[in-house]
Amino acid sequence: MAIVVQRKPLTWLEKTYLPQILGGMKITLKNMFRPKVTLEYPEERPVIPDNYRGVPTLVKDPNGREKCVSCQLCEFVCPPKAIRIWPGEIPEDAETAHVEKAPEEFEIDMLRCIYCGLCQEVCPEEAIFLQDIFSVTGYTRDEFKYRKEKLYELGGTLPDKHFKWDKKKEAAARGNAH
Amino acid sequence: MDFTSFLIIVAQGLAVIVVLMSLCSYVVLAERKVSAWIQGRVGPNRTTLPVVGAIPVIGPMLTRLGVFQPAADGLKFLFKEDVTPGHVNRPYYMLAPALALVPALLTVAVVPFGQYVTETGEVITLVLADVDIGILFVLAVSSLGVYGIVLAGWASNSKYPFLGGVRASAQMISYELAMGLSLLPVFMWANAPGSDAALNLGAVVHTQQGLWFAIWQPLSAFIFLVALFAETNRLPFDMSEAETELVGGFHTEYSSFKFGLFFVAEYAHIIIGSAVFVVLFLGGWHPLPGLPLHVEGLLGALLSIGIFLAKVFVLVFVFIWVRWTLPRFRYDQVMHIGWKILLPLAVANLVFYALLIALIDSIG
Repeated sequence: MAIVVQRKPLTWLEKTYLPQILGGMKITLKNMFRPKVTLEYPEERPVIPDNYRGVPTLVKDPNGREKCVSCQLCEFVCPPKAIRIWPGEIPEDAETAHVEKAPEEFEIDMLRCIYCGLCQEVCPEEAIFLQDIFSVTGYTRDEFKYRKEKLYELGGTLPDKHFKWDKKKEAAARGNAH
Repeated sequence: MDFTSFLIIVAQGLAVIVVLMSLCSYVVLAERKVSAWIQGRVGPNRTTLPVVGAIPVIGPMLTRLGVFQPAADGLKFLFKEDVTPGHVNRPYYMLAPALALVPALLTVAVVPFGQYVTETGEVITLVLADVDIGILFVLAVSSLGVYGIVLAGWASNSKYPFLGGVRASAQMISYELAMGLSLLPVFMWANAPGSDAALNLGAVVHTQQGLWFAIWQPLSAFIFLVALFAETNRLPFDMSEAETELVGGFHTEYSSFKFGLFFVAEYAHIIIGSAVFVVLFLGGWHPLPGLPLHVEGLLGALLSIGIFLAKVFVLVFVFIWVRWTLPRFRYDQVMHIGWKILLPLAVANLVFYALLIALIDSIG
C-alpha cells in the first residue's frame, strides 16, 4: 500500500537555511572535541582476536620440545603449495627419541601462503598455528621464505593440553605401548 | 624620494609579504588539522626536523601539532615533476598561476594591521600604503585574482578546467555587486559630517572605537561575509574547483610549483579577505566593542598587531569550519543566491541605512 508522506512546508526561517547552517556548524564543532578514532599504527596496535589467521608459525610445547613430527600432512594439504618439509630423524640418544621424527628443515614461502589455515586444521600434533602476525615485509624474495628457525622464533611456546608424547613414554615404560 | 627611504619601503613590503606567505603555509596546516579534528582524525603529526624535533618535550609536542609540516609541503611542491601537458597554450598557461597570486599579495598593501600611538597622542596607522581609496583598491585588485583562474581554465585547453574558469568568472560577477553594495552603508556611516575618512581603511577602524560595524550593520556584515566566501572560492561556493564535478576545476592540468602557487593564492585570498572583514566590521585592532585600544609606543603597536592577527585567525578558522561543515551549492543555486537574494538584500540594506542616516542628520 502506498503511503503518502506528509511534508511540512518550510517556514520562512528554514528557507533562509541559516539555522540549519548554524546547527551543522554546532555539530562539527562538537566533533572537534570528541576523542579521535585514529589508531596511530606503528605505536598503537590493533587488538587481534584469538581466532585471527595471521602468519603460520611452528610452536614448541611448554617443555621446549618441537612439536612438529614432519608427517607432511600440511605440506600435502597446502593449496598453494607454500610449505616444504625435509623430514629428519631424532637421534637415538635424545630424550625424545621415541618421537622418532622431526623436520630437518621446514620452509613456508610467504609469497605463496594464502593464510587459509588448512595447515593448522590438518596438523595432528597441534604444531602449526596461524597466530597474530599480520605484517609481512621484506626486500628480497628470499626474505619471504620463512625457514624453520624463523618459524619457531615467531611461534614461540603455546600451552599444551595433552602432552601426548610424554604419556606415550610413560605408557611404554609401564609396558603398554599404546 | 631618496635612496634610504626607498630601501625602508622595500624592507617593509618584504616583511609584510614574508609574514603573509608564512601565514599562508600555516593556514594550510590549520586547514589540514581542523578538518582532521572535525572528522575525528589526528591530522599531520609525523613530520619532524632533525635538531628542533629532538628537543625533549617541546620537539615531540611541535611534531604532534604538525608545526614542521608546511616545510615538507612546500618542498614537495618544489621538487615534484612539473608536467606541462602538450595541449595547453603555453604562455598563458605559465602566466596564470602568477596572475592568481599577485593580486592577493598586492591587496595587502592597503590593509592596515595595527596602530602606533606617539608620545604626543598622535595615532599613526600601520599600513604599507595609506591611500584614501583603500577599499576601492582592495575590491578592484582582489577581483583581478579571478583572471588568474579564468586564464588557467582557458589556457589549459581541456573541458573541466574550462568549465571551472567559466564558473569562476560568472560567480565573480554575481557576487562582486552584492559585495560592493554591502560596503556602501559602512562608508556612508564612517563619513559622517566632520569626518574625513573617505574610503580609507584605517579611518574605518578609527570610527569603530565605539560599536563595531558588525553590530551596527549586521546585514552588511553578513552579505559581505557570504560574498567573501564566494570571492575566495571557498566552500560552499567553490564552483571553480568542485573536485566532485570538475576533477580539479581550473587547476586540473597544473602540477608541482604552479599548482602550489594556486594553492598559496587561495589561502592568501582567505587571509586578506579575513583581514578586510576584520578591518571593516570587527573593529580592527580594538579589543572589544566600546573598548578602544590606546597604548603608547612600541608595546601598543605590537599589542594592536597581535589583537588584529588574533581576530584574523578566528575568522580564518570560521572559513575552515564552514568548509568542513557545508556541502557545495549546486551551480544554479549559487547564481540564484547571488542575483535573486544577496543583490536585492544589499540594495535594501543600502536604502535602509541611507534613510536612517538622512533621518539622523535631519534630527541632529
